[in-house]
Amino acid sequence: MKTLIFLLEKEFRQILRNKGIVRMLIIAPVIQLILLPLAADYSVKNISIAVVDNDHSTASQRLIGKITSSGYFKLTGYTGSYKAALSMVEQDRADLVLQIPAHFERDLVRENTQKLYVAINAIEGTKANLGGAYLSSIVQDYNQEIRQDWHTSATVSIQDAPQISIASSNWYNPFMNFHLYIVPAILVTLVTAMASMQTAFNIVQEKESGTIEQINVTPIKKYIFITGKMIPFLVLGIIIFSLGLLVGWIFYGIVPVGNLGVMYLSLVDYLFAMLGLGLLLATYSGTQMQAMSLSFFFINIFNMMSGAFTAVDSMPGWAQAIVQTFPPSHFIKIMRMVVLKGSGLSDITYELGAMFVIGLVLNTWAILNYRKTA
Amino acid sequence: MSSTTSAPVITTDKLTKRFGQFIAANELTFQVAKGEIFGFLGANGAGKTTAMRMLCGLLKPSSGKATIAGYDVYTQTEKIKRSIGYMSQKFSLYDDLTVAENIRFYAGIYGMSRPAIKEKTAQLLKELQLEKEAKTLVSELPLGWKQKLSFSVSIVHDPDIVFLDEPTGGVDPVTRRQFWDLIYHASDRGVTVFVTTHYMDEAEYCNRVSIMVDGVVAALDSPTRLKQQFGRDNMEDVFYELARKATRKAD
Repeated sequence: MKTLIFLLEKEFRQILRNKGIVRMLIIAPVIQLILLPLAADYSVKNISIAVVDNDHSTASQRLIGKITSSGYFKLTGYTGSYKAALSMVEQDRADLVLQIPAHFERDLVRENTQKLYVAINAIEGTKANLGGAYLSSIVQDYNQEIRQDWHTSATVSIQDAPQISIASSNWYNPFMNFHLYIVPAILVTLVTAMASMQTAFNIVQEKESGTIEQINVTPIKKYIFITGKMIPFLVLGIIIFSLGLLVGWIFYGIVPVGNLGVMYLSLVDYLFAMLGLGLLLATYSGTQMQAMSLSFFFINIFNMMSGAFTAVDSMPGWAQAIVQTFPPSHFIKIMRMVVLKGSGLSDITYELGAMFVIGLVLNTWAILNYRKTA
Repeated sequence: MSSTTSAPVITTDKLTKRFGQFIAANELTFQVAKGEIFGFLGANGAGKTTAMRMLCGLLKPSSGKATIAGYDVYTQTEKIKRSIGYMSQKFSLYDDLTVAENIRFYAGIYGMSRPAIKEKTAQLLKELQLEKEAKTLVSELPLGWKQKLSFSVSIVHDPDIVFLDEPTGGVDPVTRRQFWDLIYHASDRGVTVFVTTHYMDEAEYCNRVSIMVDGVVAALDSPTRLKQQFGRDNMEDVFYELARKATRKAD
C-alpha cells in the first residue's frame, strides 16, 4: 500500500509535468464535443429538388407549393424537360428529380389515379433515403387532401369509409432532439479513446526508455504496479467526463434527468474495463507504434459498432453477440438511459455487471501477461 | 578482500541460456564472495548482459543452477530482487523527475520509510555533491552525473549485491575515476559489486576478473594472476589474446 502511494506520486508528477499532454487531454475532448454533434446530425435539411412539370396545372402547382413549404426541400430547378433535370443531378445541383406527367390534373380527375416519377441521387445514402421518404410522405398528404376536396362534392363521403389513424408520441425525447441522443454517446467515445490509449502509451514509453526494467528488478508486486498505472488515468477520465457533461449543458442544454451518482459509478466501472484494455495492450506492445496501431484497431471498432451512431439491434445476431463484449456498448446504453430517462441502478444492473466482468477479465489478463521475469 | 575467505554470495553451476538454437550463455560456473569487486569482461555479444539478467531474476535460465544471496534464480526471483541492486546498460532514471524525486521514488518502491528516505536523500546528495541540483530535472544533468546518480539509486536500499552493466560507457576519465571511488566505497561497506566493462584500466581495479568469449567463461582470476598466466604486461593484451579467438560475430 505504501509502495502504491510512492508510485502514484510519481505518476501524477510526470503527467502534470507534461504540459502538452495535459493540454491535449483537456482541450481536445472539449473541442470535439462541441464540433462532432454538428456533423453527426441525421435530420436532413436543404435537399435540392428539381421539378419537371409537364402539366402546368393548378394541381401541379399545388403539389410543388406543398413540397417547398415543407422546409426540407429547396426548389433548385423548374423545367419542362427531364433531360435538363437530369443534367442538374449530374452537376450536383439537384438531389432529387420529381417528374409530373402531362395531363396530371385531367387524368387525376377523370381516372381517379395518376403516377408521379421520382429519381433520387443515391450517392449520399442517408440523404437519398430520408429525402425519398420525406417526399413520399408529402405526396401522400397531398393525395389525402385532394381526395377529401373532391370527394366532399361527390355522393359518397370519405367520412363514411372506416379509417385508422395512428398517433405516435416520442417518449423521453419528445421533440426527437438529435443532440440529446448523440452527445452522451460522443462523450463516451472520447473517454474511450483517452482511457485505453493513454494508459497503453504510458507503460510502453517506460518499456522504450528502459525504466520498466529498473522497476522489474525491484520487489514491487505486479498488481501494485498495474494499479499505480491505472488510478491516474481513472482520475483523468473522470475529469474529462465531467468537462464533457459541462460542455453538453452549456452548448446543448443537456441536463441529465437521472442521478449523477449513478452516472459516475457507471463511469468508474466503465473506466475499470477500458483501462484494463489499455494495460493489456501495453503488455503485448514493445513500442509506442505497436501500441498505437493496436488501440486504433479497437477504438475504431468500438466507435462504429457500440451503438453510438447506429442501432446495435439492427446488426445480425452474431455481431450483436460480439458487441456484448465491448464495454462502450454498455456504457453508451447506460448514459442514454440515465441522461434521457433518468434510469436508476436497478435498471442498469445488467450493463454494470457486464462491464465489471469484462474489466475483471481484462485486468487479470493484463496482470498475468505482464512478466517481471522474461 | 580475498575471494576464498568469506562465503560466496553468487554461485552459478553450469548456468545456461538458449534462445532457440543460439546459446547466449553456456554452462557458466563461478562464485563471487561477499564484498568482492567482480569484473565481468567480454566483447560485445559475448553473453555478458544475458548472464547478468539471469542473475538479477529478469531472465529465466534454460538450464543449470544459480543462487544469489542464498536465493534460487528459478523459484525465488522476487526474494533476489530484495537483496540486489541493478544498473542497466540503458539509462534508467526518470528524465522528467528531479534528482531528489528519483531517489525518493526508488527508495519508496523498496519499502523504505519516509524519515529513512529523507535521511538517505540528504546523505546521497552530499556524497554526490548534488545538493544544489536536488530540484533539477535529471534530463538536465550531464551524462557522468546521471551515471553516478544511477549507481547511488541502485544501492539506495543497501543491497547485498549490486549488478552494474557497463556503468561508465561514454563517461569522461575524471568522472570514471569518481565513479570507481563510489564503487570502492560501496565495497568497503560489504556490498558485492558485479560489474561489466569495456575499459581495461577498470578491469585492473577489480579483485577478480572473468573474461567471456562466445558465451563461455574463458578465463577467471585476479588481474595480476591473469597477466602472469598469459605472459602479458596489461589486461588489455590479455583481453585481446582471448577475444581474438571468438568466432561469434559481435552485435
